[in-house]
Amino acid sequence: MRGRAVGSAILVLLLCAAPLHAADRIVIGSKNFEESRLLAEMFAQLLESRTKLQVERRLGLAGTQVCFEALKNGAIDVYPEYTGTGLVSILNEKAEGAPAKTLNRVRSEFLHRWDLWWLAPLGFENSWEIAVPKELAEREHLETITDLARVSKRLHGGFGHEFVGREDGLLGLQRVYGLEWKSVDHLQQALQYQAAKQRTIDALDVYSTDGRLILYNLKVLRDDRHFFPPYEAAALVRGATLKRHPEVGAVLGLLAGSLDEDTMRALNLRLQEGHESEVVVARDALRSLGLSNKEGRASETEIRGTGVLAYFWGVRRDLGRLTLQHLGLSAAALVLGALFAIPLGLWLERRRRWAEAVIRVLGIFQTVPSLALLAFMIPFLGVGTVPAIAALWIYSLFPIVRNTYTGVRDADSKAVEAATALGMTPGQVLREIRLPLAAPVVMAGLRTAAVLTVGTATLAAFIGAGGLGEPIVTGLQLANTAMILSGAIPAALLALLVDAGLGWVERRLRPAGLEVQR
Amino acid sequence: MSIAPIAPILEAVGVAKTYGDGTTALGGVSLAVHPGETVALVGESGSGKTTLLRTFNRMVEPSAGDVRVEGQPVAGLDPFALRRRIGYVPQDGGLIPHWRIEKNVELVPRLLGWDRDRRRARTREMLELVGLDLQAHASRYPGELSGGQRQRVAFARALAADPPLILLDEPFGALDALTRLELHRQFLDLKKALGKTTVLVTHDLAEAFRLADRIGVMRAGRLLQLGTPDELAKRPADPYVEALLEMRRV
Repeated sequence: MRGRAVGSAILVLLLCAAPLHAADRIVIGSKNFEESRLLAEMFAQLLESRTKLQVERRLGLAGTQVCFEALKNGAIDVYPEYTGTGLVSILNEKAEGAPAKTLNRVRSEFLHRWDLWWLAPLGFENSWEIAVPKELAEREHLETITDLARVSKRLHGGFGHEFVGREDGLLGLQRVYGLEWKSVDHLQQALQYQAAKQRTIDALDVYSTDGRLILYNLKVLRDDRHFFPPYEAAALVRGATLKRHPEVGAVLGLLAGSLDEDTMRALNLRLQEGHESEVVVARDALRSLGLSNKEGRASETEIRGTGVLAYFWGVRRDLGRLTLQHLGLSAAALVLGALFAIPLGLWLERRRRWAEAVIRVLGIFQTVPSLALLAFMIPFLGVGTVPAIAALWIYSLFPIVRNTYTGVRDADSKAVEAATALGMTPGQVLREIRLPLAAPVVMAGLRTAAVLTVGTATLAAFIGAGGLGEPIVTGLQLANTAMILSGAIPAALLALLVDAGLGWVERRLRPAGLEVQR
Repeated sequence: MSIAPIAPILEAVGVAKTYGDGTTALGGVSLAVHPGETVALVGESGSGKTTLLRTFNRMVEPSAGDVRVEGQPVAGLDPFALRRRIGYVPQDGGLIPHWRIEKNVELVPRLLGWDRDRRRARTREMLELVGLDLQAHASRYPGELSGGQRQRVAFARALAADPPLILLDEPFGALDALTRLELHRQFLDLKKALGKTTVLVTHDLAEAFRLADRIGVMRAGRLLQLGTPDELAKRPADPYVEALLEMRRV
């Protein structure tokens, strides 16, 4: 079939397009939380101002595993990582006490195994710490956790669910420092800060660069016995990239030791609570480090309005772009899906022995969680648009194949029988009777696939393919409802519109004479 | 019965059909259908009458035996060309639901490559023949017609390319009694007017007696007796035939 040939040709083209790297291009990645995005944006701006490289951003990738895989296979060239994460999550080793020891360990292992380079740390750690209200710290002269152990019998602890149960969390901490509490509550992270403000609790576990430490007037106590593993932030770069563009190492090296915890908390606060974009905050940070000579200007994306509508209006241009991107991803996946699945459905109708098995396998794909499927694409296709389309394509197949197969199979069997008995060939029966009668059913399958694809495409943001999932993912990280809605509402509307549009096509495709059955 | 002087239109010689799972649908059936006559095949469901009918246009391939149409063994013919010169009417009409009536009627002429004008003229003729008003029906869809009208269209379609042989598979089975009676009458008119050679499968013995020149009684894949209604009534060759005719009288 010609449709199938065209479909596979397009697919092959897309697959080949993936590893094509322009020689003077560099791709910066980040994880999907504000600090990682900010650091990546700083890397990007710095490289843009100090090198001739064309810088591409793939911010907000879903977590360590996705970023690391993307870096390993060259889909991205650099991303900000933490030494503790490298040791514990990537190398699967036990955390070590001293920062330098951890850094040296990950440096040698990453270089040896994957030719990945940890550049000089940026100067701050974002590790688990214990914080107490400043006023309490001053009253009781608390500087370190050892100090805290002196008075903890009189204090109420309030810790996150994860922290409480872990050996490298509260359990180990209590043993090492001999901490005892008057009482211990298990709280959600967002509630911990509120509780500390109201003095329902006196001590809590925090990440050391969380902007809310400033907002809620909390003091981080020094981990004087080095219980918590060090999580120094640094740029993690591909050796191949450094060889090709040595200037990348030199330019990013300018940031070595330049950011301390206080600075990061202030910057994070602007992202977390001020809802400023990382572009603006990164520019300000570079300027205050004397690393940017660009004139600052008021940002268009800086939205402080509290109303959801005001927010929408403020980001309307972004939304337009993201909507187009979203539609593009979905449409590409759907068209490729149809080009493959309709011929497959027709083929299966001719070879029914295979049909159940093939359709069942495609059904199994359907049950793979979307995010897992997206992550699974990365080792083969990297990050960005291509793996996102490939994953969406896989999801689109099942409804189209199933409906094509059953639609053609069940198309008015008496008419098919009579037409055959009067001398029509199977090809004529297919073209003139089965397909027209099956068209509404095939179209219904396409419609299901389209709505599914538009919905699932929101997850493409996790692997850097953009779309309306971008504000959703970022908004979830920032607990910013307006931002989440700015992605979710257009995505839902888009799904409804696509459904309605294809419903119209479906009715148009319904052969005349079928509505009037007596 | 005397041997007809003219060669039969349709001949079956020892036609048998055994399916892959070992069930035998036909156990060696022989018969000849002569020009212009209507032969009815009667029997209970599962007797093999429809299977036999379907071997005539190669909708079923026999496992043994020979079918000949106008003297040619069908096994050696292109099945599509064969079917285009055999008319066919199934129980429910089998009209193509998304085609207008006229397109349904001209199905076989179109497959045979007739030009448009000839097809048009023929369609008009056929619809008139079966008593359908051209203006009112030609551009309607099957779903807009009554069951009886649909069945007339199916007859028009079967006759459109003027085939030498027509196969009817329970064509009146799904109609209400009054409509059936009306179509029976029309069938007899058509038979008189066109003199087509016809094989009619039915489970309705009264219908067979009414419409057919000869009747074949089938049971369990065998043709028990083939003869005129009169012969069957007077000299049943088999206790089953006798019992069947008894029942008819009741």
